[in-house]
Amino acid sequence: MVTKDRSSFKVIGTRPLRPDGIDKVTGRAQYGADIRLSGTLSGHILRSPHAHAVIKSIDTSKAEKLPGVKAVVTGADLVLPGKTLDELPDLSANVLAGRKALYRGHAIAAVAAINEQVAREATRLIEVDYEVLPVVLDVRESMQPGAPILHQAMRTRTPSGPGDAPSNVVAHTQVINGDIEAGWKDAVEIAEGDFSTSMVHQGYIEPHAATATWNSDGQVTIWSCTQGAFPARERTSTILGHPISKIKVIPTEIGGGFGGKIGVYLEPVTALLARKTGKPVKIQMDRDEVFEGTGPTPGTSIRAKLGATKDGKFVAFQADLAYENGAYGGSAANYATMCITAPYDIPNFHLDAFDVVVNKPRTQDYRAPSSPAAAFAMEQLIDELSEKLNIDPLKLRLMNAAHEGTRGPTGMPYKRIGHEEILEAAIDSPHYKSPLEGPNRGRGVASGFWFNVALRSSVNVSVQPDGTVNLIGGNTDLSGTRASLAMQLAETIGVAYEDVKPTVVDTDSVGYNDVTAGSRVTFATGIAVHEAGNKLIKEMTGRLAETWQVPVEDIEFEDGTFKTKDGAKSGTFKEIAQAVVGRGPGLTASGSVNAGFLQGGAFAHHIVDVEVNPDTGKVNILRYTAIQDVGTAVHPSYVEGQLQGGAVQGIGWALNEEYYYDEEGRMVNSSFLDYRIPTTLDVPMIDTILIEVPDPLHPFGVRGVGEPPIVPPLAAIANAVARATGVRQYQLPMSPRRILETTKDVV
Amino acid sequence: MQARNYVAPSSIDEAVAALQAGNGANRAFAGGTDVIIQVRENRRAVDTLVDIKSIPELIGITHKPDGGLRLGAATPCAQIYRDPQVKARFPALVDSASLIGGVQIQSRASLGGNLCNSSPAADSIPTLIALGAIAEIAGPSGRRNVAVEDFCTGPGQNVLQPGELLVALEFPSPAANSGAAFERFIPRNEMDIAVVNAAANITLSADGSTFQAARIAIGAVAPTPLYVAAAGQALAGKPVNDDSIAAAAEAARAAATPITDMRGSAAQRKHLVGVLVTSVLRTAIDRARG
Amino acid sequence: MTQKVVSTTINGEPVQFLSEPGGSLLTALRDELGLTGSKEGCNNGNCGACNVVLNGELVNSCCVLAMEVEGADLLTIEGVAQGDQLHPLQNSFLENAALQCGICTPGFIVAAKVLLENEPDADEARIRHWLAGNLCRCTGYDKIVRAVLDAAEQMRQPAAT
Ligand SMILES: Cc1cc2nc3c(=O)[nH]c(=O)nc-3n(C[C@H](O)[C@H](O)[C@H](O)COP(=O)(O)OP(=O)(O)OC[C@H]3O[C@@H](n4cnc5c(N)ncnc54)[C@H](O)[C@@H]3O)c2cc1C
Ligand code: FES
Ligand code: FES
Repeated sequence: MVTKDRSSFKVIGTRPLRPDGIDKVTGRAQYGADIRLSGTLSGHILRSPHAHAVIKSIDTSKAEKLPGVKAVVTGADLVLPGKTLDELPDLSANVLAGRKALYRGHAIAAVAAINEQVAREATRLIEVDYEVLPVVLDVRESMQPGAPILHQAMRTRTPSGPGDAPSNVVAHTQVINGDIEAGWKDAVEIAEGDFSTSMVHQGYIEPHAATATWNSDGQVTIWSCTQGAFPARERTSTILGHPISKIKVIPTEIGGGFGGKIGVYLEPVTALLARKTGKPVKIQMDRDEVFEGTGPTPGTSIRAKLGATKDGKFVAFQADLAYENGAYGGSAANYATMCITAPYDIPNFHLDAFDVVVNKPRTQDYRAPSSPAAAFAMEQLIDELSEKLNIDPLKLRLMNAAHEGTRGPTGMPYKRIGHEEILEAAIDSPHYKSPLEGPNRGRGVASGFWFNVALRSSVNVSVQPDGTVNLIGGNTDLSGTRASLAMQLAETIGVAYEDVKPTVVDTDSVGYNDVTAGSRVTFATGIAVHEAGNKLIKEMTGRLAETWQVPVEDIEFEDGTFKTKDGAKSGTFKEIAQAVVGRGPGLTASGSVNAGFLQGGAFAHHIVDVEVNPDTGKVNILRYTAIQDVGTAVHPSYVEGQLQGGAVQGIGWALNEEYYYDEEGRMVNSSFLDYRIPTTLDVPMIDTILIEVPDPLHPFGVRGVGEPPIVPPLAAIANAVARATGVRQYQLPMSPRRILETTKDVV
Repeated sequence: MQARNYVAPSSIDEAVAALQAGNGANRAFAGGTDVIIQVRENRRAVDTLVDIKSIPELIGITHKPDGGLRLGAATPCAQIYRDPQVKARFPALVDSASLIGGVQIQSRASLGGNLCNSSPAADSIPTLIALGAIAEIAGPSGRRNVAVEDFCTGPGQNVLQPGELLVALEFPSPAANSGAAFERFIPRNEMDIAVVNAAANITLSADGSTFQAARIAIGAVAPTPLYVAAAGQALAGKPVNDDSIAAAAEAARAAATPITDMRGSAAQRKHLVGVLVTSVLRTAIDRARG
Repeated sequence: MTQKVVSTTINGEPVQFLSEPGGSLLTALRDELGLTGSKEGCNNGNCGACNVVLNGELVNSCCVLAMEVEGADLLTIEGVAQGDQLHPLQNSFLENAALQCGICTPGFIVAAKVLLENEPDADEARIRHWLAGNLCRCTGYDKIVRAVLDAAEQMRQPAAT
């Protein structure tokens, strides 16, 4: 389908109220912890106090004897028939540890009891015999020979095959483009640096919670505040060895996720406890469990070097990127190789990336996974070059910006993208045009990239007797996607937004949907919605042809109205629907897509003014503008909200957030008090500029908007701080302590 | 965990009896913003929580005829900073009370609780010390008074004996030409534990040119909040100028023995002592000069 | 541990419930009374998701013992709308798209209500200061602050008849 002319949209681009809004402002909406089935037992999890230890034995007998305790489970309960505890797959062992505890907070055992107090008390009665092992917390140290090995069986995957000795390096990925040596020869100015970022958490306000029932016929029902009911079902099925058809996951409302609620933690455990007890079991995490026992985003170490000609053309880039994957293998660094050069046209580059395990929680995605740390390095190097070459930092970026046809992150040329457009908008923005005056102040800019993760989506639509349409989807709504999908359906079938009623249902009630993540729902599920809407129109046209007694080809559908070519007969969608549904069989249609994995490309550019207090080292954000190519802003308010929320998460990451460990590998700041996410007083209003360069891959030109805004802030703020203080910041967070250390030598 | 029992006595004698009954396992609580959470997070085991807010003498603000101030130990911060006379005459108390937690915490948190919790980083204790506050304590053997600078004995520890209760905080009338201020440094702009805090209470000559007396206290740089007598002595009789202020700040820095932890490094804290003492002195001078 | 009966008034209605002596008000509201609009984000006073109004004062219900509300007057998010008539703050949050996931929303609305009732002219700085004990991870606060400013303006208008 051809992209519609932007101006012809009737619903897209408006700002209607969200359908789930009233429930959420009145406290009625049911989130993970709000599910209350009668007779529910309370569960609680025992977690490892050690960051690295062999679990020699677990004695649950005292806990089991405590009055009120109904069941205790451990990793042994996850061993599938014919297997041993030594063979527990990573997926299972992260849910309940096998032979080893690999991070402080690693789940060891779980209890179900008549109430929470008893369950907590029981976990304290479980006796675990640990053999404590040396820990490794730093990504570069973990790569060194002689580092404590987390997994004896792990062999590094390298471009030339697997390594031959146990290693903490999961994989070494290499990406080479052009001729790097020739590139360095052409470079007259070079910037280089050794950058590092700390592990940070998504920091959603709702802790994980799940409730499960297990009927005697094997039917399992799980209520969870997951980002993806279908993947949660699949993983639970794999972990428990229980058929997928016997598991139903009901997604509750979800109080934030940002990638952190993709993994499963509680779902299999509550199910297991429900099986053992024959009762519903609910577990809700404490805040410290969320920090210590779920999946934050990797800390990183990136050594990078960028060369440009004297005119400012980037000609060579080299980087060595090491990403902490936490306790089990992942592929964050691999993503980073795709993101780090993505905004620019660089003919020659050479990237070596290392995914590394350390004694920290298994990492998970966090908004644009891997890209912010990569941009922290790249965008600072660009800033340094702009100073060396005396070229305006925005113009330098514009000169090198990727555009349609440039080699994209997966090696394929980009289709239409909007990096140049947002840079132009930044140059023209009121913020960039206004002077920044006063001592200790600096302005920083940075760009950021993320794909559209597209993947699979399915929806059903059905027409009601009054001509309104129900839209049934399976993607949990984290940020107003019920509205953005209903709007796309309304646009497709030409009805008012109010005539579409969107509902999120469980895994039994709609076709497969991947997670709500990766900026994919409005994009990919939007494509499915569009497809379902078009099928509906087609079906209605067919039935109308019979009613009107004209050939199908004679009926046109335009602007929400069916009419015969001669104009003799016509009716709006609603009128026709009422008539057709009134008589014939029910009118339904479905849309299902697999929109590919890493698609498209969305770019953000941020401008920030800071003031650095020279006495205390505290960075104050004075002004902030987020500019982004959003393709088509379906609901502009919610698009702005994504930009603002992402920017503020980035501000927190840049300035204060970090997993702070003691030497034994204990996270010592696992509370909202000491983890320090931004409060209202730490940020100004976040101005937004939405640029719409339609994505040719989507019928309405939509691009994913949720991920890119967290990419630029780290570097933009670092660049601003460098300009305010004259000292470049290579390490995050740029806490007052670090600023004093680097600018005043207070060490 | 949680406490096993809850009582809300209506007199001091009953409260003392209730505290005594627990052989050390019972605790008083006012706002509960420290103790309820400490119990929940297994940082403290408590058998009975003794709610002291129903005891009339423990809640309220009395402005005495001699210009002194008496604060019931359990009076919430919000009540303190909303009091017009406290605002006018004891602005340093307002500085402290309005920084403890957010507004939700301030509706409950008391200065008595802040003092009895005896955190080295507590945000009211330096102010109490600088203002020369006296802690009035009731116990099984009657009442006694302790100067706040002698109250804390270690992190989370103080002079209270089993069965003892803090009844009130007494403040002398502010001297003529005096001014006091409190400040803290935190990485965010709200909702944080002080990396360092400081309070100063100074008295100037009538023409405002000379320091006559000064009391300076600092927090989060030692096992207890510190009264730095030397910093005050460095100012007495000295002209009001940058050199005098710098000398006092230096004396305070010399007294600080901070540690490095997740909230700040030792070096950072030493440095901040100088910054904050300088800053609170400037504010106190402005306030003294009216 | 024996449970005790607490008599109190919640959202204008007299209510009795059972609680363990050391249990929190938040747990009582959610588990005993089914008032799950008050949320738990941290259970230690740092996020404001559990905000309720206790005798006219804004408090974190996770930092209050259930036993303490004997004889008290409580308002929770469930009592903010009058029947099906949303409070101006609730409307304003919807119209300003001031919620994404919405888990923080009840706490913000309850907190803002107390502010605007006491300080109808609160400006941006005051609103930001008052709401600093409420964390939101989704919105970056911009639209929340605007929603409160808008609601304040509406609430200052004389009621239409
Ligand atoms: C989110 C949050 C933020 C906070 N921010 C700050 C901050 O910025 N600065 C700061 O300094 N603190 C802060 N605190 C800690 C706490 O709020 C303060 O220390 C507060 O002043 C404690 O007062 P309270 O009345 O709530 O004490 P409670 O918890 O009631 O009591 C504290 C301790 O004192 C004892 N006690 C209380 N009253 C008496 C009495 N009259 N006699 C004998 N013993 C008594 C109790 O047994 C207990 O051990 C914060 C707490 C939270 C939860
Ligand atoms: S749950 Fe009470 S403040 Fe976070
Ligand atoms: S809307 Fe999600 S935390 Fe505020």
